Amino acid sequence: MGAFRFTRKQLCIPYAVFLICFVAAPLLVIIYYAFTNGEGQFSLMNLAGFFTSPYTIGTLAYSFGIAAVTTCVCLLLAYPIAYILARSQWRQKPVIVVMFVMPMWINFTLRITALKEILTVIEGNLAYHPFLNTIIGMTYDFLPFMILPMYTTLLKLDKSLLEAAADLGANPVQVFCKVTLPLSVPGMISGVVMVFLPSMTNYVVLDMLYNSTYIMGSLIGSYFSAYDWHNGSMIALVLLVIILIFTLFTNRYTDEDTGNRGGALL
Amino acid sequence: MSISTQSENILEFKSLCRAFEDGFVAVDDFNLTIKRGEFVTFLGPSGCGKTTTLRMLAGFDLPSSGEILLNGKDITRLPANERPINTVFQRYALFPHLNIFDNIAFGLKLKKLPRTEVVKKVKKALEMVDLEGFESRTVQTLSGGQQQRIAIARAIVNEPQILLLDEPLGALDLKMRKEMQLELKSMHEKLGITFIYVTHDQEEALTMSDKIVVMSEGRIQQVGAPEDIYNEPKNAFVADFIGESNIFSGIMTGKYRVRFCGAEFTCVDDVENGTMIDAVLRPEDILITPPQEGIIRGTVTSVVFKGVHYEITVQSGKNEIVIQSTRKAQVGSQVGLTVEPEGIHIMLAEHTVNRIEAGINSGYRLDFLDGEWDFDITGLIPGSRINEADTLVDAHGDEIDASLLRVIVSIKPEDISMSDDEEAGVVRGHIINLIYKGDHYSYIVRTDEDEDFIVHDEYLWNMNDYVSLIIPKDKLQYALKK
Repeated sequence: MGAFRFTRKQLCIPYAVFLICFVAAPLLVIIYYAFTNGEGQFSLMNLAGFFTSPYTIGTLAYSFGIAAVTTCVCLLLAYPIAYILARSQWRQKPVIVVMFVMPMWINFTLRITALKEILTVIEGNLAYHPFLNTIIGMTYDFLPFMILPMYTTLLKLDKSLLEAAADLGANPVQVFCKVTLPLSVPGMISGVVMVFLPSMTNYVVLDMLYNSTYIMGSLIGSYFSAYDWHNGSMIALVLLVIILIFTLFTNRYTDEDTGNRGGALL
Repeated sequence: MSISTQSENILEFKSLCRAFEDGFVAVDDFNLTIKRGEFVTFLGPSGCGKTTTLRMLAGFDLPSSGEILLNGKDITRLPANERPINTVFQRYALFPHLNIFDNIAFGLKLKKLPRTEVVKKVKKALEMVDLEGFESRTVQTLSGGQQQRIAIARAIVNEPQILLLDEPLGALDLKMRKEMQLELKSMHEKLGITFIYVTHDQEEALTMSDKIVVMSEGRIQQVGAPEDIYNEPKNAFVADFIGESNIFSGIMTGKYRVRFCGAEFTCVDDVENGTMIDAVLRPEDILITPPQEGIIRGTVTSVVFKGVHYEITVQSGKNEIVIQSTRKAQVGSQVGLTVEPEGIHIMLAEHTVNRIEAGINSGYRLDFLDGEWDFDITGLIPGSRINEADTLVDAHGDEIDASLLRVIVSIKPEDISMSDDEEAGVVRGHIINLIYKGDHYSYIVRTDEDEDFIVHDEYLWNMNDYVSLIIPKDKLQYALKK
């Protein structure tokens, strides 16, 4: 009797089941709800409603604003850290990298609660600066996701390219602007993708820091808790399409410019 | 006079040293003068310091001491971007985010040259490397050889006074490498600028250079034209590294007479009778003859076909001799070997002192010649002592791991004496060479462990006598191996 051996096809079955149950089926459900009305008939009302309602568009704009500012702040904070860490010769470098990443290992709500207490001490009443507090919370939450890909990219940066630039007459500032910065773009894009999109929907931070303005995540939540599956699904679907376009765009950019295929997310 | 030498010599290294923080000395007392327009090659095995020297010249690394003079001016501490020197890197180091035009124009744009001139110069540089019309291609679409050419174009477009090439052909296949060697050589002639080339490939060095600098362990071994380096290697390292060679230790036995491999040969070097020498024989200079016609005889132990020739190994007594011949030989057959006087290159032997490497065991005793020897380890390391716990510590009281240390034990030939009582000495071996030196005989005793001792003794022994060597402990000298 030969030993029983799995064929490649058989080994795929669990993954296929997983994909069908947790990716394809929910997606189909969302698409179904998005394009039907309360009576279960096909309808484009939800789609039209999304783009005609000033409230939804306003929320989308506010979400974009939060995400854009968070991403910029993260980028500005993370780049110098990643640069210094990647270029330094310290033996304790891994320890320092871990220290920057460690917050990710602590429960998210716990961290935000702690932050809330600190901000309350500083500001007295959190209600005075809802936007600022949200940005601080988001930045605190997402900074490691920006540092890590950027650190990896800068670490992989071929030192001989920097030497080549200096050899060709570039002073240290020119070396940075003409070589280091352009070559760290893939890492920046990875970081941006990992920070920008989640911060558009992460309404828990707003909730916990008493920012009563809605972002996309809270909007979907509010529709769903009112049992309006149709409008909620449409918003989720629109967000999904936005994310898809965004990712395709950034992937193409990293591909063309550095030959780093699939450097970002896909 | 001084003006003419000024214009003739472009570059001068003055006792350049580079020691790293961990104590490793990459470059040690490097002195060299390079003429304007010369093609100079730094040749040596990896870790010999050739790349470190190049990096110090390019400005990527700072020497620990010493000076680099360019046109008589000290550039030792000048930043890389201010030196009129450009480099072709080992792995090309082309900028992946720029297209070919922008790669080549990188240096020109930094100099703020007008756009039309940049375009013109880039075009000319691309013509020089035979890649016309490649301006808008990206780096990723080029083959290794093409990237190499672009890297060269990017460097020469800046019209540097010196072009540095750091093993630029290492990543190319053999055929491409040969082609590029010739192209680089003709490019050097066309441009007329000084080329400094780093390689570990001796054939590459011999093909291209005007001058070869052979390096080993951070030091220059020999400087000379390719023919000189090949034909008259200065020491055993150079002989061994440049081309294949057989090296035998021997002794001069008269005017143009030399003895090695148990036979006497005629040579063309006039070295004083009785001098210890190393004889270098190139494999292609040794001729295979019928056994009775050879100066020495041996048994063929292997024959390997190498394309142009056969590589034949012959065992003659204790010596193994490698021969290159276009004619095949039979493994196991007896052959004679001869060599023309011109084929024997005589080098003065480096040591007239016996040096033996030894380790240190856990009791701080020397593992030396099959036995343990007591010696004063604290004498080797200044400031060290054995503390109360019987541990070797340095001046700060930190423990020293003695098992990592290697000790060179030296003893003079006249301090060793020989005995036919096998138990009298610590090592035993056969006398493989002897020469009368006026007042004493100089012997070479090869031990059972294949270690050669030079022994001076006033009594006559015979070749092949089995003797034991008496080495007095108080005459041994110890030094730490670096």
